[in-house]
Amino acid sequence: MKITRKEFLHVAGLAAAGAGAARAVQASSCADPAAPQASPTAKRWGMVIDFQKCRAGSDCDDCLHACSAAHNIPDIADRQREVKWVWKERYEKVFPFQQSDYTRRAYEGHPLPVLCNQCASPACVRVCPTAATWKREDGIVMMDFHRCIGCRYCMAACPYGSRSFNWSDPRPHIRNLTAEFPTRTKGVVEKCNFCEERLANGRVPACVEACRQKAIVFGDLNDEKSAVRRLLRARHSIQRQPELGTGPSVFYLV
Amino acid sequence: MRDRVLIVIGLLLFVSVVTYPMWHAAYAKTTAAGPQVKLPEQQKACVAPLAFMRASHMKLLADWREGAVRDGRLNYAGYDGKTYRVNLSSTCLGQCHTNKQEFCDRCHKYAAVSGPYCWDCHVEPASVARRMPTP
Amino acid sequence: MFMLEKAMVGSRRYWQWIAFLLLLIAIGGACYLSQLKNGLVITGLSRDVAWGLYIAQFTFFVGVAASAVMVVLPYYLHDVRQFQNITILGELLAVSSVTMCMLFILVDMGQPARVINVLRYPTLHSIMFWDMVSLGGYLLLNAVISIVMLSSERAGIPAPHWIKPVAILSIPWAVSIHTVTAFLYSGLPGRTFWLTAILAPRFLASAFASGPALLILLCLLLRRLTSFDAGQEAIRKLGVIVAYAMSISVFFVLLELFTVFYSGIPEEMEHFRYLFVGLDGERHLAPWMWISVAAAIVALVLLLVPRLRAKDTLLAAAAVLVFGSLWIEKGLGLIVGGFVPSPLGSVTRYSPTPPEWAIVLGVWAIGALMITVFYKITVSVREAR
Repeated sequence: MKITRKEFLHVAGLAAAGAGAARAVQASSCADPAAPQASPTAKRWGMVIDFQKCRAGSDCDDCLHACSAAHNIPDIADRQREVKWVWKERYEKVFPFQQSDYTRRAYEGHPLPVLCNQCASPACVRVCPTAATWKREDGIVMMDFHRCIGCRYCMAACPYGSRSFNWSDPRPHIRNLTAEFPTRTKGVVEKCNFCEERLANGRVPACVEACRQKAIVFGDLNDEKSAVRRLLRARHSIQRQPELGTGPSVFYLV
Repeated sequence: MRDRVLIVIGLLLFVSVVTYPMWHAAYAKTTAAGPQVKLPEQQKACVAPLAFMRASHMKLLADWREGAVRDGRLNYAGYDGKTYRVNLSSTCLGQCHTNKQEFCDRCHKYAAVSGPYCWDCHVEPASVARRMPTP
Repeated sequence: MFMLEKAMVGSRRYWQWIAFLLLLIAIGGACYLSQLKNGLVITGLSRDVAWGLYIAQFTFFVGVAASAVMVVLPYYLHDVRQFQNITILGELLAVSSVTMCMLFILVDMGQPARVINVLRYPTLHSIMFWDMVSLGGYLLLNAVISIVMLSSERAGIPAPHWIKPVAILSIPWAVSIHTVTAFLYSGLPGRTFWLTAILAPRFLASAFASGPALLILLCLLLRRLTSFDAGQEAIRKLGVIVAYAMSISVFFVLLELFTVFYSGIPEEMEHFRYLFVGLDGERHLAPWMWISVAAAIVALVLLLVPRLRAKDTLLAAAAVLVFGSLWIEKGLGLIVGGFVPSPLGSVTRYSPTPPEWAIVLGVWAIGALMITVFYKITVSVREAR
């Protein structure tokens, strides 16, 4: 059977187009990764930080040290290039535009811990071009350091400034190297992961365990009987920029 | 033949380039002997048969990586029926191949495998012990 | 097919220019090797200002690339005969610009070897994925169009009929590449400076001003250095296009200023304050922004007064001012303004380091080298005709 060059090119082109379309359909048929939890019986990890208890020990760095030690977080002197998963910020920076001249005396200057909010509808997940960051079923926004191309789009997208980039090789800056958790390499983004590796072994996050004031409570937001839910029912809580629709999983009791 | 000198020089150059593999091997004292890897003392069986590991340990590790990081598959059912925790530092190196230099590196150096950048991030337990000051 | 041999013959001045560009490329390449080895720490970027000169250049030159549509559309859809000779210049400028864009993205990546992951793991909800797809498609489109047109011209035959729909496809595609690039910024909930519907129109307007401005300068340069004359009518029409586009672009900026400052929302005003007046003592960008404003005003006067626009020297001056003003606004102010102040209110200074500038210059030099070679080939083909 003779086939002309024109016919061959036609068929080859259609085949390539078909293969490409199949791939695109496959990729687009994945459920929206940024949609909120569908099943109420699924876990949704959350954190409640009691500002009053934290304030009582305002000079302490227990949570920061525990996180750094558990995750080989480098201690970089240059403030502009630092890598931090959980850190302390002053109240007026965390909740800007929420105080006035009349209320400022009450909380001004007091530090409280900030970290990745593990949003229900995360902007960072929405923008990542390789799905190197994605939302797990239990609510944790995960990082795949192997896949990250270091484009820093997620850093631009995060409304909370929770993410850090490795501007250089972090290894020389790590104080106490532990083999329990890998370090990262230069050129990838990282952030708090709610200690998912500890959760997998049935432990609570390092900061929760380390806090001497017991100011950080961790649990399943979907479980009505959990400690976090009881706290949220009992006391007034606020969140960072909830009007953006990100659905943070971190609550602050003020 | 005015060019006799040039021709001789050219010939000498050519012969030395062509016989490079032979005299360089003698000079660099290279040997055809294979890598002498030091096997773990305690364990006698690997998570998978030797032939499979020799041929495909890279693929196994890549599958473990995708499964553990992205799909939450943290346990691996070994060929010997035992369940292993998927963890490069704690399981592969921590439980069995405690000396990376005498096992992994020997074969990788012999085969000139420079690709795997696992150790840019994953920490070798033995190196932590070396870094820690003696109490 | 590529007729590269036509770029291999040239005057002494031509080869000096090529040597100069190669030198810049070599220096940029050496600095990039340092960046590969040491990481992006060699730049002036920081945790708060995660994007800087590289991404700003990418954003600006996507606009220049899209501006080819400003000669293609009038010629193919409205039979503007005066543009017949210069559509090829616009298309070749698009090819060089898109290549520069892709190089700027590449040098900005923390793990450049993994860039292929964007195609291995296509993530359809990520605008960056679509940006890569649309830029790649636009590059292919314009490369095909340029090669086919030039080859036909060299052979002395009319272009094949199927090239016309391909050229017409490049028109909506040009609009799409810059819209997608604007969407990179205008869909981020946490960055109020960019979270505005008018960002895409602003991008398009500034693109259609800066691109044709560059094209005017290139045409005038070609007229002075070679036998290629785009024609006074064509250059005049390009001047009109730049005049309209620059007016609209400035108008859009004024619209932004009204919304932000009349509403008085502190979070919105802060970014503009930082850029034009300074915030918390950091005001090193303010002089640049005011230079951009001054350049825009002078350029508009030169462009909107027909008597002034008719003079080639004043038109060239206006083109330089337009290009410079928009480069500062889009290639510097837009990106840094979005990041400062940060979500936690910090004001971090961003100053590109010398290695960073060297890499930027190197990529510019690659674009300039491509344009030089392409235009040399075009001129040779025209001369032979």
